[in-house]
Amino acid sequence: MDDNGTVATAPQDVMEVDISGVDADMLREWLQMMLVIREFEESLESLTANGKIPGSVHQASGQEAVAVGVMAALAPGDIVASPHRPHHHALAKGMTANVVMAELWGRATGCAGGRGGTMHLNDFDLGYFGSNGIVGASLGIAMGAALAAKLKGSDQVCVGFFGEGGANTGRTWEAVNFAASQKLPLIAVCENNQYAVETYIGRALTGPSIAQRASGFGLPSVQVDGQDVVAVYRAALEARERAASGGGPTFIEAVTYRYHGHNTGEDAGYRTDEEVEEWRRVRDPIDGLRRAMEAAGQLDADRYEEMFLHARSVLEASIEFSENSPLPDPATATTGVISLPFDPRGPR
Amino acid sequence: MSDLFTVGQAFQQGLSEEMERDDSVFVIGTDLFIRGGHFAQVKGVGPRFGHERVIDAPISEAAMVAAGVGAAMNGMRPVVDLNFIDFAFGAMDEIANQAAKARYLWGKPVPLVIRASSGVSLFAAQHNNSLESWFMHTPGLVVVMPSNAQDTKGLLKSALRGDDPVIFFMHKRLTGSRGVVGGPEELVPIGKAAVLREGTDVTLVAAGIVVNKLVKAADELAKEGIAAEVIDLRTIFPLDLDTVAESVRKTGRAVIVSEEPPYASVASEIAASVQEGVFEYLDAPVQRLTAAHTPIGHAPNLMEAVIPQVEHVVASVRESIQKWPSS
Repeated sequence: MDDNGTVATAPQDVMEVDISGVDADMLREWLQMMLVIREFEESLESLTANGKIPGSVHQASGQEAVAVGVMAALAPGDIVASPHRPHHHALAKGMTANVVMAELWGRATGCAGGRGGTMHLNDFDLGYFGSNGIVGASLGIAMGAALAAKLKGSDQVCVGFFGEGGANTGRTWEAVNFAASQKLPLIAVCENNQYAVETYIGRALTGPSIAQRASGFGLPSVQVDGQDVVAVYRAALEARERAASGGGPTFIEAVTYRYHGHNTGEDAGYRTDEEVEEWRRVRDPIDGLRRAMEAAGQLDADRYEEMFLHARSVLEASIEFSENSPLPDPATATTGVISLPFDPRGPR
Repeated sequence: MSDLFTVGQAFQQGLSEEMERDDSVFVIGTDLFIRGGHFAQVKGVGPRFGHERVIDAPISEAAMVAAGVGAAMNGMRPVVDLNFIDFAFGAMDEIANQAAKARYLWGKPVPLVIRASSGVSLFAAQHNNSLESWFMHTPGLVVVMPSNAQDTKGLLKSALRGDDPVIFFMHKRLTGSRGVVGGPEELVPIGKAAVLREGTDVTLVAAGIVVNKLVKAADELAKEGIAAEVIDLRTIFPLDLDTVAESVRKTGRAVIVSEEPPYASVASEIAASVQEGVFEYLDAPVQRLTAAHTPIGHAPNLMEAVIPQVEHVVASVRESIQKWPSS
């Protein structure tokens, strides 16, 4: 940061992931999932450029550890809602690359039947309560789901993800306040990737952190290294235990970084290439975990290569699946609007 | 051609000229300074006028519009750029209950322009709401919807020199559409429709991008010997019903076309008004052609399936003439 904190600077320290006390098989699962997400996200620039995916999408390369660390702390019945940059959440929550990719392609086999695209993914059976096109809306949905969990007496914990841009919209804080006042089983996860489209966080936040802003609402609030999957996991686990035992909501600010522009096709002229390269070099969530596991003798180059190739094959299968999937039937374009019959052509 | 400009460039030009002319004009939005907005609609305006007059705000539509309303009441002429009209939902009280009410309640003008890209295009249901009838329905607001570069620039100038809150719709798919533009003092009046094509057999009415489909439909109909008059409303409120009525008195039939869902739509309002105003001149019922009553899907074929196309307009006119021949 400069004197005003309004310009980003790259981190200097090479990250060290403390994996002590975490089961090696779990760590391998996390690494595998991060590799799958990375491969998935890295494919999207060319798939939108060549028109396979209509429009553009928001990639989360660099933010894998936030999704994987949080999901690892959740029980299968827990609920998650995402904002506009959601693929890593959806995949880590257990959705297949096939149904996510096909949805981006607008195909009938996608998780929303081709209706939704990147910003309207969903799998309610898996507890994935949708990605969302409106900044801050995801936290409200997760908060309402948490209210239902409390009223029903279920043991579900609900997670609402949003960005640091979303932390500037009133509805985010209205939801936090509601959750705190009602002691709801909610985890509010702010994925602070530093840039709201082109606005660096220092231009929209005065004060030391979003976590500190949150603490004013009277709930436990922590800032974690969002590149460190184990740190994210530990913070989420603590938050989940609190929520599940009636202790109310927790606010987690995960400091992370997106490697690509706000959307595919964006020329991210608001930051330097050097800054991006530094983050990749010293703070990459996959490299960080890999190094720690290698140092602990839990991973070697052959095993890593195998995991990488698996991730590649998952991606390739999802592209083939999408390519071979039909477009939705236009005759279905007006179905499912409300539960009652009406004439979609209008009053006549 | 060098003297043709896109609709986006026309907006930039109009805005820059007015900012040059009047120090009270400034812009608030997100992603304006470098990117120039999500449709490059203010590209270059930031570097030219600086951060004081091209303000990238934290993402809060409510705060941005509130800032615009308050600043307008205190002597400025703000443009609040919402990027997508859908984001107006997040500022609906500030628009409908604050900006729209101050003149009536307190006699206090709110010279505010709220610009947003609108209409049916990519990015699925939450980014493709048609809000024109919401704003038309709200007393206190002016609603404009240009169909080309010249009107975009000219209407913006009128909006910025007027004294009302103006909702300025720019269709996403018109952003790159090219045309001539007027000079710094060529204003397009708010509340005045344009007759783009003269004809004697049917009146086709629309605003915004749909006007282009009407012109194509008129070309098709001409091949069958049907002379269609095409009216570009340009402003949704105040609505220029005189121009529409005058045309229908001549043609005896009208087709109102829009991309909105049909119920309580702008098209419904115009159809009802025509029926009431010039009933005795009509040879046929006034027809509405709108989108279907459904959110917009992501897959392009779902999107195109629910909005009116040129062939629907042509078919609608043919059907009207066959079923209700001129007396």
